[in-house]
Amino acid sequence: MTWFTFPGDNLLCRCLGISITAWLTLLFVFIIVPAVLGVSFGIRRLYMRTLLKIFEWATSRMEMGAKEKNQQLHKPYSNGIIAKESPSSLQQELQDLRGSASCLRSEPEFEMADIFYFCRRGVESILDDEVTKRFSAQELESWNLLTRSNYNFRHISLRLTVLWGLGVLIRYGILLPLRVTLAITGISLLVVLTTLVGFLPNREENKPKNGGICVSNHTTPIDVIILANDGCYSMVGQVHGGLMGMMQRAMVKSSPHIWFERSEVKDRHLVAKRLSDHVADKTKQPILIFPEGTCINNTSVMMFKKGSFEIACTVYPVAIKYDPRFGDAFWNSSKFGLVNYLLRMMSSWAIVCSVWYLPPMNREEGEDAMQFANRVKAAIAAQGGLVDLIWDGALKRAKVKDAFKEEQQKLYSKVLVGEQDEGEQSDDMHLEDENQEEDENPEDESNQDSTEGQ
Amino acid sequence: MGSKSSSLNKIPNAQELMQETGFSAAHILRLYERFEFLDVDQRGELRPEDFGAIRELSMNPIGDRIISAFFSPGKEAVDFASFVRILAHFRPTETNRTRDGAQPEPANSRTRKLKFAFQLYDQDRDGKISREELLQVLRMMLEMQVTEEQLQSIAERAIQEADLDQDDAISFDEFRKSLEKVDIDHKMNIRFLS
Repeated sequence: MTWFTFPGDNLLCRCLGISITAWLTLLFVFIIVPAVLGVSFGIRRLYMRTLLKIFEWATSRMEMGAKEKNQQLHKPYSNGIIAKESPSSLQQELQDLRGSASCLRSEPEFEMADIFYFCRRGVESILDDEVTKRFSAQELESWNLLTRSNYNFRHISLRLTVLWGLGVLIRYGILLPLRVTLAITGISLLVVLTTLVGFLPNREENKPKNGGICVSNHTTPIDVIILANDGCYSMVGQVHGGLMGMMQRAMVKSSPHIWFERSEVKDRHLVAKRLSDHVADKTKQPILIFPEGTCINNTSVMMFKKGSFEIACTVYPVAIKYDPRFGDAFWNSSKFGLVNYLLRMMSSWAIVCSVWYLPPMNREEGEDAMQFANRVKAAIAAQGGLVDLIWDGALKRAKVKDAFKEEQQKLYSKVLVGEQDEGEQSDDMHLEDENQEEDENPEDESNQDSTEGQ
Repeated sequence: MGSKSSSLNKIPNAQELMQETGFSAAHILRLYERFEFLDVDQRGELRPEDFGAIRELSMNPIGDRIISAFFSPGKEAVDFASFVRILAHFRPTETNRTRDGAQPEPANSRTRKLKFAFQLYDQDRDGKISREELLQVLRMMLEMQVTEEQLQSIAERAIQEADLDQDDAISFDEFRKSLEKVDIDHKMNIRFLS
């Protein structure tokens, strides 16, 4: 028995040894060294192109399969559920309503038909609203062979299933261990590398300089890594526990960062003071801030909190846009935590992002912090091809403020009663930087008897 | 969002719903997804809070009225079938419809649409919009932008115009009459994409 197992054992050991060595060498030669030296082999672009071709093929197979079965292929991304009318103003709509009803009155008055306008808008928003869909992952047109971004998965064809199986094998068998090893090496060197494939910065001369603040839209903690890759910043952010907290504390040892407790954030003066102290010191690195305050799903830019724009210094806007076809980078923090998120990241095909450094902006004369913030936000949204929304990112967790309802009421009353003073509407749209939940005004509709409208 | 198999079989009574409301299979599917999306606790039914979570709806002055239009009297939750039936009111009217006496009137007929709007005003379901009910709606739409006197006078004028039998309230027929010339079909329509 002994002579049988001994060579077997030896062989096994040797095989293992060889494969591990090969693995580590490959790792070193192809990834770590080039990354450190900044050399590229062009493998990545080839990889991306091949992947895209495969995805398109997969989608066309699914379409064919669906047609055979005479079913609609489900494409959530391309259409909404309803076609929203082009947003004409409230005035316009009511004009139309009235024009058909009664005739020529000298002064506009209340019409019973006015309710139709609000009714329709209300039901439209039940079916499809701008905000709630920003807080869930973006939906894709073509399937990228990841189950998590799939809405049509059925056994369409053997080939497709085989391909998917192969994909799983590659991603979990090769890419994941690869990246995990990298991550472990990386973390121990205090540099966390997930797989950043395809990093295309533009306009290098606009990179943030000392004594300035860098602002950017926020999708995931990886934003930080991407920007840090390209320059040293001081971060501002909420103190976390767990893995994040450990990294935060480690980072503080090497360069000055500003980590806050949420209870401290409420005291805006304290925050502003620490920021302006840091900025005033020209030897310190530029500060990196994400004024949205939370992760958004990268299809839009939400309201910027004005706190960071109150400080008198140059602002360097940066736009970051992820390519969703290869893997969804959005961190839905209410759905899963950091480790889970990292796992998903590392088993995606790739994370591809584009970074644009925009020309620096300064607060102009007569502009207040909110207007300045909106200007910067518009620039970032325009560059990144994102939708520029007025809504507050904190709406992820809180309710809409009454200020908005008042706006609608104001507009309507203008039509009816013809107010003289056209006050500055934008002033009322200021949402203060508070984290309080809004109490809904309890409406007096205690008798909730509604039928199904027959 | 995880993987969901979007087949019609998941939806109870899909065929009946399609016949009753006139929605196509694709529409029902999309509506079901939206229903599931709004149903954050996965209860299989929606409650007023779920509607309240829609920001644009909270912004609408009559948002709460619209929400309560979905709920039957006394019920606190609306299931998918009821959800779809209400939304069917907003489908574009078909012009070449043969009125068969036996068939119930389709949800998106002009009369049904008017009835829906009527009930937004008439909360107590007595078939008439009283002065008080009208004032309530006006208050919701205008709140602090006008004075109480202005509100009263607006309500007064509206009732005078529409109230033909002088009973100080607007019945459904009077309501319909006053909206004769309004292009309801256009204004209460939502174009559902297929």
